[in-house]
Formats: sequence, C-alpha cells, structure tokens
Amino acid sequence: MNYNNNHFSIWIAAILVAVFVVITGAQAADRFITVASTTSTRNSGLYENILPLFTKTTGIKVRVVAVGTGQAIKLARNGDADVLLVHHKPSEKKFVTDGFGLKRHDVMYNDFVIIGPKTDPAQVRGIKVVDTALSKIAASGAPFTSRGDDSGTHKKERSLWKSAGIDVKTASGSWYRETGAGMGATLNTASGMSAYALTDRGTWLKFANKADMEILVQGDKRLFNPYGVIVVNPAKHPHVKLADAQAFVSWLISKAGQSAIAAYRLKGQPAFFPNANPGNRS
Amino acid sequence: MTSAILPLSLDNVSYEIGGVRLIKDMTCTFEAGPRTAIIGPNGAGKSLFLRLCHGLIRPSTGKVSWHANDADGQAPGDAQAMVFQRPVMLRRSVSANVDFALKLKGIARDERVRRIDDVLARAGLRRLKDQPARVLSFGEQQKLALARAWALRPQVLFLDEPTASLDPAATHSVEEIIEAIHGEGTRIILTTHDLGQAKRLSDEVIFLHRGRMLERAPTEQFFTEPKNDLAQAFVRGELLWWRLGKDNRKGAINDREK
Amino acid sequence: MDDFGNALSAALSLVVGLDDQLLEIVGLSLHVSLSAVIIAAAIGLPLGAAVALFRFPGRMAVVVLLNAFMGLPPVVVGLIVYLLLSRAGPLGTLGLLFTPTAMIIAQVILVTPIIAALTRQVIEDLWAEYEEQLRSLGAGPGRALTALLWDGRFSLVTAVLAGFGRASAEVGAVMIVGGNIDHVTRVMTTTIALEVSKGDLALALGLGLILLALSASVNGAAFLIKETAQRRHA
Repeated sequence: MNYNNNHFSIWIAAILVAVFVVITGAQAADRFITVASTTSTRNSGLYENILPLFTKTTGIKVRVVAVGTGQAIKLARNGDADVLLVHHKPSEKKFVTDGFGLKRHDVMYNDFVIIGPKTDPAQVRGIKVVDTALSKIAASGAPFTSRGDDSGTHKKERSLWKSAGIDVKTASGSWYRETGAGMGATLNTASGMSAYALTDRGTWLKFANKADMEILVQGDKRLFNPYGVIVVNPAKHPHVKLADAQAFVSWLISKAGQSAIAAYRLKGQPAFFPNANPGNRS
Repeated sequence: MTSAILPLSLDNVSYEIGGVRLIKDMTCTFEAGPRTAIIGPNGAGKSLFLRLCHGLIRPSTGKVSWHANDADGQAPGDAQAMVFQRPVMLRRSVSANVDFALKLKGIARDERVRRIDDVLARAGLRRLKDQPARVLSFGEQQKLALARAWALRPQVLFLDEPTASLDPAATHSVEEIIEAIHGEGTRIILTTHDLGQAKRLSDEVIFLHRGRMLERAPTEQFFTEPKNDLAQAFVRGELLWWRLGKDNRKGAINDREK
Repeated sequence: MDDFGNALSAALSLVVGLDDQLLEIVGLSLHVSLSAVIIAAAIGLPLGAAVALFRFPGRMAVVVLLNAFMGLPPVVVGLIVYLLLSRAGPLGTLGLLFTPTAMIIAQVILVTPIIAALTRQVIEDLWAEYEEQLRSLGAGPGRALTALLWDGRFSLVTAVLAGFGRASAEVGAVMIVGGNIDHVTRVMTTTIALEVSKGDLALALGLGLILLALSASVNGAAFLIKETAQRRHA
C-alpha cells in the first residue's frame, strides 16, 4: 500500500532545507562595533573607502547604520550603537552633556552648497552671501525642496532661513516643499521639479541623478559643515564595546585616519577636510 | 471488542430549526437483525432522521439511546458508520482513504493492510487502489465509501440515498455490496426514494411524511397492503402535496398543520 | 525611457558577471525571506486551521483581526520590533538588533497573518464539505485539522507563496530593524532603496528587475511542484 501523498511534502521539505542550508552561510562571529551615522556621510562613499583600512590595521569590523541625524542620535542614546558620527554640533554637545557620550572630537568638515536648475530662475548663481541667496529664492517663488526630517542638514537649513529672516513654515506646501526624506530622495525630488535645495557637497558630488542641476551658491563660511565623533558612554550602556569603540575614534583622529579622509576624492575633488585637533585626543 | 450497541431506541424525539419542527415525536426501536428502508417523499425528514440516529445531530427534545452508551450517552463510534448520498473522498489514494478511517479507530498497521486489501477486493476496487480517489467515477467513489465503512466492521450501517445519483449498473454493484455487508452481520438502515430498491434491499419499511412516522411494517406487507392512506397514495406513485389532517389522515387542502 | 534601457543593461551585466556583491545580497534576501516564511507557515497553518475548526468566544473578532493584519504596514512592524529589540527596550539584552535574525522576526510578524487568514478560509471551505463524513468516522476537530491541512495542500501552497511575496518585497521593516548594513543586513529591497537615494536610478531599476526574476523563479518552482503533485495525486 502506497503513500504517494507523502512524496509531495518530503520533496518540498527537501528543497527548502537545501536552499536554507546553502544560504544560511556562516555569518561567523566577527569582532565589530556599530557606528550610528548619517545617510549623507554614507552616500558620499567615504565609509567604503576608509573603513577597510581601519579593519586591516585592527581586525575590528565597522558596521555602519546610516539614518537621519535625529534617528542616529536616538539610536546612540538607546545604546544601539557604540559610536556616534554625525554633523550637528549643538545636538552632539547635548548628547555629551546629557551623559550619553564620553567626549566629542572634531573629525572632518565639508560644506553645504545650494544646488538648483541651470536656468536659475531666482538668479542666485555666484552669490557669496547665503542670506542674500535665500532671500532671492523666497522672493522669486521658485520651488525649494527641504529634507524636513530634522537631520543635521535640515537643522542647518532651518538656521540659515532663520538668520535670513524668512519664515518658511508659512510657505510650506507652496514654493517650500518638505519631503520628510533623506538627502538622496530630496535631491531626486528637486531634480524632478527643477527646484533649489541645500545639500552637503559629498552627497552632491556622488549623486547620479543630477539632470540639469548644478551648484549655484557656495563658499559662505556659514555653510561650513563640521562632523563630530563620540563614543557612547558605557556608564549608561554597559554593553558598549568600549575598547574597540575608542580604538576606532583614536584611529579616526590619528594621522592615519585623517590622511585616509583627506585622500578620499570625489570626481577629483576632496569630499571632506580632516580637522581633528590633536589636543582633543582622549 | 465493543459490546452489542443495538437495540437503538428513539423516545419522543423531535428536531427543530428556527422554530420549525422538522421531526415530530418519533418513538421507535431498532433491534438487531432486519434491514430497514426508510421511505417517504422529499422533505419528509428521512435524512434528518438518519442523522439523529447516527448521532450527527442532537434532538431538540427526547432521547436517542443505544443499548451500550458511553459516558456521553453516545454510541461507541467504532460500532456504527454512515454512507452519504454524495461520497466524500479525501485528496489521497483509494487505499489511503480507507486507511484514514481505520487509523482513526486506532487499528494496528498489519490489521489495516489486511482489511483494506479485503474490502477493496470485495468491492471490486483492488485494481484502483493507488489511484487518486477523486479521479474515480461517481459510482466507484460510492463503492469506495461503502468499502471504507465496511472496513470498520460496524454493527450498524446507515446509508442516506446511497444510489440516488447512480446509473442502474452502478446501483446494482452498490446494492450487491450492501447485501454482502449485511451478510456479515451488520444492521442496515437506509433511506431511499427508489421504491424498487426498498423492495430489493429491505426486510421492513418505515414510511415518513412531514417529520412523522406514519407506518412501519414488513416490506412485503407494506407494499401489498399499506395501512395508512398517505402510504397507500405514495405506493401508488401519487404526489403527496396535501397537509396532514388531525388524525394523520389525508386532510383537506385548507386544513392547518398542528 | 533611457533609464529602462540602462536598467536592463545594468541588470544583465550584474547577473552575467555573477557580481559578488549581488550574490551576497541575493543570498541574504533568500535566507531572510525563506526563513521567515517557513516559520510563519509553521505558526500560521495550524493557527488558521484551528480558527476555522474550533468554536470559541470571540472567534469572529479573531477572524476579522487576522484578515486585517494581512495589511500590516511593514514600516510600523519594523518600528515596533525595533522598540522591542533596542538596547533600551525589553528584549535589548538579546542583542538582536541590526542582525538578520531581527529581520526574520519582523517578517514573521508580517507574514503569519497572511498565511493564517488564507489558511482559515481554505480550511473553512473544506470543512463545510467534509464535516459530516469526518465526524461520522469519529474524527474530532484535532484529527480533522491535520487531515484538512493535508487535503488542502495545493491551495495552502498558494497561501504560503503569498506570504513569500510579501516578505521578499517589503523594505520598511527590514530597513529599520536591520539597518541596511553593508555585508551584514543589506538585502535586495534595501539595496534598491539605497541606490535610489544615491540617485543611481538605472542600477536601482536593474536590481528591481533581478528581484522580480527571483520572485518569479520561486513561484515558478512552486507551481511546477504543485502541478506534478496534483496530476499524480489529484
């Protein structure tokens, strides 16, 4: 007496198990730290470039979780990361004073630029004072896409509008468009509607969907974009991999790390400028 | 071994759905031995009656009791079986369908194999034993349903219009199997609206109309001299569309049903 | 239309070149989604069958909830699982965040209601057909459950495939709980999202085509198995 019915289930099970086994490849127990950082930093391609150098020297792998600045700080506060590397000094300082971080170190900086359509309806090309440029954009009614996501870039952008004396909240939905998204998505939107946007240079250089957009405003000191790195405080989160995290930060601000950062170029231009103060080394 | 579960007694059994009484005040007993055919027009309640006896539905009032009830007042399950008008086959092979029923009763493997072989042979289905049950013809499926019930060695076999949808050849095969099962000692209780089948397959007839048992008599006597006038009309082949009068006799068209 | 052309060539060159990274990402995607579906099926099949067969107070509410949860937003599930697995959360000590295991957990939550709700419907319909006969044979709801699950296997394969479709296509949950970490938790969908955010639309689309092809293959394989089995066993 036959049970052909069972062949069906055995067959399915066998295939699945086979696939499963093949795929469940060893994710062997690695030595690693988790770094909470931002999408703009990741999108620039910096990490893919410099982290392997660190791993080669120390054997420590670096897992980067790249999200918006606000989310990165939240992750670090929750203890879901060992190191925080973002670009909003006030938030970083608060992170330390609130007791979640040990010490803030300068790492590098780049700058923000205002990009827009080649046709430049607001006529801001080449303007050296960012307040003027923003006022002209607001006056012209040309669309401006904002990240609107409380990220470092977004916070920077808001402070620039504020100092230019322009209230963008009331304009939200008309010429001021808040995407609530990452830099790349916002740039895609800007590209799609020929709008102006504030972006960090690194993301822009690497961005592959520029369409007919280019950098129109740059160079104002106020567009300075500094990055800071902080080890998460083990007093708040005992599981933090303190030694390895500190090894990473030390490397970043050491000659080796700083020259790796300086060496990273996008389209022939440096994406970041190292500025760790040797006196800050902990 | 289960002890004898017959006689089966129904005591003032009624069955009601949505305020409508579909079985009314049935009282009767089934002893061991004869084959019983339950006949009557459509809607008489034959199928319901069978299900009440088998225990698939509970009476609204009254009691259905077997000689050897278990704690629940139910007859031990492995002593009775039922075959339905439309055979219900699982999506597996012919032999696996029978095996399923035997496994449910906790019968050991060797014994199962023996019985399956035996009933399939006797039902003429042995050459089909590895076929998917669902590709069999309707008649073959019904024979399989019988074989499945037979393998359980039931003391009582209920059959609800077992050949209603079959052609004469298939009907004949099925009737032969029913006879064979009876020959081994199983009590047969079947419903049918084929009067010829009732004559061929039963020793006694119960006539139901609108949920009441109007007559019960040995088969020959019933068909030659039915006592109840509705039964008479039925045997003559008339359509029983009137209502029952007060004394269970044919009422006038305007008589209200109690 | 340029992008579509570029997408096709991007996809082809990745596949033909057996790009290492692509293989790694595809492998991880299959691992996460298949594992999730297997676990979800192990929970959802008996759960759906039980809801179909057993009568209990609040049954209707459970049926409605199961159906409603088929539409659980992945990003919400991701957020909830993050809050549970975060070091600051109740299950933080397990250290599961930003690992494939977390992604599997989130997808199990997404997929189980789909399999359970569809199973419930299949088994309910089967029970309507089989109930009298099974009860006559003495099968209680427990024995009936396994018999019906087996009997409905062809329809249930479709339910499981629907679950796989959902798992392999979603990005919201795995992005949050996995962190899209290179070489660790980066799967097809999160890679596509990443490439979009980098503006590399052609590559993103190309990867999308590969993902579609992957899904089609899995479904195709399941279809073949089902057809052969059905022909042999009806």
